[in-house]
Amino acid sequence: MTHGPQRPVIVQYRKELRFIMINTHDILETINMIDNENLDVRTITMGISLFDCIDPDINRACDKIYDKICRYAGKLVETGESISKDYGIPIINKRVSVTPIAMVAAACPDKDPVRFAKALDRAAKTIGINFIGGYSSLVHKGFAPGDYALIKSIPEALSQTEYVCSSVNIGSTKAGINMDAVEKMGNVICETSKLTADRNCIGAAKLVVFCNAPEDNPFMAGAFHGAGEPDCVINVGVSGPGVVRAAIAKAGDCDITEVANIIKKTAFKVTRMGQLVAREASRRLCVPFGIVDLSLAPTPAVGDSVAHILEEMGLESCGAHGTTACLALLNDAVKKGGVMASSHVGGLSGAFIPVTEDAGMINAARCGALTLNKLEAMTAVCSVGLDMIPVPGDTPPEIISAIIADEAAIGMVNSKTTAVRLIPAIGKKAGDELNFGGLLGGGPVVPVNRFSPLKFIKRGGRIPAPIQSLKN
Amino acid sequence: MAAYAKTGGKKLMRAVITVIGKDMVGILARVSAICAENDVNISDVTQSVLQDLFTMIMLVDISKCKIPLSELSDKLTAAGQGMNLTIHVMHEDIFNAMHKI
Repeated sequence: MTHGPQRPVIVQYRKELRFIMINTHDILETINMIDNENLDVRTITMGISLFDCIDPDINRACDKIYDKICRYAGKLVETGESISKDYGIPIINKRVSVTPIAMVAAACPDKDPVRFAKALDRAAKTIGINFIGGYSSLVHKGFAPGDYALIKSIPEALSQTEYVCSSVNIGSTKAGINMDAVEKMGNVICETSKLTADRNCIGAAKLVVFCNAPEDNPFMAGAFHGAGEPDCVINVGVSGPGVVRAAIAKAGDCDITEVANIIKKTAFKVTRMGQLVAREASRRLCVPFGIVDLSLAPTPAVGDSVAHILEEMGLESCGAHGTTACLALLNDAVKKGGVMASSHVGGLSGAFIPVTEDAGMINAARCGALTLNKLEAMTAVCSVGLDMIPVPGDTPPEIISAIIADEAAIGMVNSKTTAVRLIPAIGKKAGDELNFGGLLGGGPVVPVNRFSPLKFIKRGGRIPAPIQSLKN
Repeated sequence: MAAYAKTGGKKLMRAVITVIGKDMVGILARVSAICAENDVNISDVTQSVLQDLFTMIMLVDISKCKIPLSELSDKLTAAGQGMNLTIHVMHEDIFNAMHKI
């Protein structure tokens, strides 16, 4: 008895069946997710290496950068839009990340790096993207040529450009925390905010200070194209807090194990969609596929909030006791569900908690349920850090530096990415409102602890790498 | 995994058209007319009317379609707006990706 001859027929039949039988329920579920629950692909980000644009003549370097970005990413927006139409999935942002400019600018000592920022800005405008990331510097162990000048130029660069985003990595689990850089960044953030005070301090919203910065992150403002990346790569960031919240709401009174299961299943579906878009973008643009970033990225739109997921789990308001536990579960379940759905996962991958970009966080901060202290605790278990938080305009730079040091310490010890994106709201005090509009949203100015860390910050030096860095 | 489904080496191009809205005369006729004009073959249709809410799902073969899928999508969406219906046109890969392991 053998089934040999029949097998090909069965295989063929099963193959056919796979394409015929798309379940009506699945189709309507997908459409409902897109129409009513804000399911979308948040960003297709093309990473472009600028190593071949390095030139001691800054004019030539800028021309090469502009030409290369326009040549590689010229069709990015058009391709993104056509994929969006073909698959019926909204793709919100098309963006570009480049090699940290400090590495490129190192070849042009004594020249103003702001000219690179302007070249990036022009390229972004020409190709029609909404942000370009990579005005960056990696100084977790110390400053190399180009780093000092670039960090010093950040306030001017961000105030004179529209699309450029900047990030600085000041610490890592392997290297410890560069406290000289931490001190500098407190000043740079305050200065950036001051120079863009007439535009709601928008400059500071485009500047991130990292510990353990990922080299393939597609999300702004912290995206840059790391030194170990290929010449050009497509990274995709998914989203979908609304879908997760709706799925938990539908489940009703189940126990927390079931909640975790629901989040995993939903994250799987969302990530599969991201993977499909990433593969398709990579095929159409003839650029290798890099990673899918499994992040739950909120927007200020109603129904697109990470805080509302936590509240759906049973908290009266985000920020209540229990928030950290709920967020830890959410962050972990998103990764577990997403990791099986994609061939390469990377970037930040987890839940974002940007205050001004999340309707639920804004409300929680307004009513006093969510404080800076609670947010700091939450960053120990979420994928990034203190993100998009307006602080009083008169906050001294050393306090900002100390907040950066605290956040970097959490990242360093827990071997995870942490980041700080604070916006000193010039001329405003705690309780006032700061509004950017659009995806960046707006929210209340959050009070900070005013006891001085000045002496600690002024010491400088480097916090040694923790014992958990010695894994070899 | 594969973005493009293949059977016997031939690329299979199918899309799902969904029509949701208030029931009225001529919905099926209108949608299928647009499909026919563009050489889109209808492989399968399911429809239901629940308390006046009309839901139709069509599986169509777009491998001979005269216009790009995005244009077909625009045409059908525009036709839907004229009749107060929500019409979505989506490549079938999206459903296979999201709902099948």
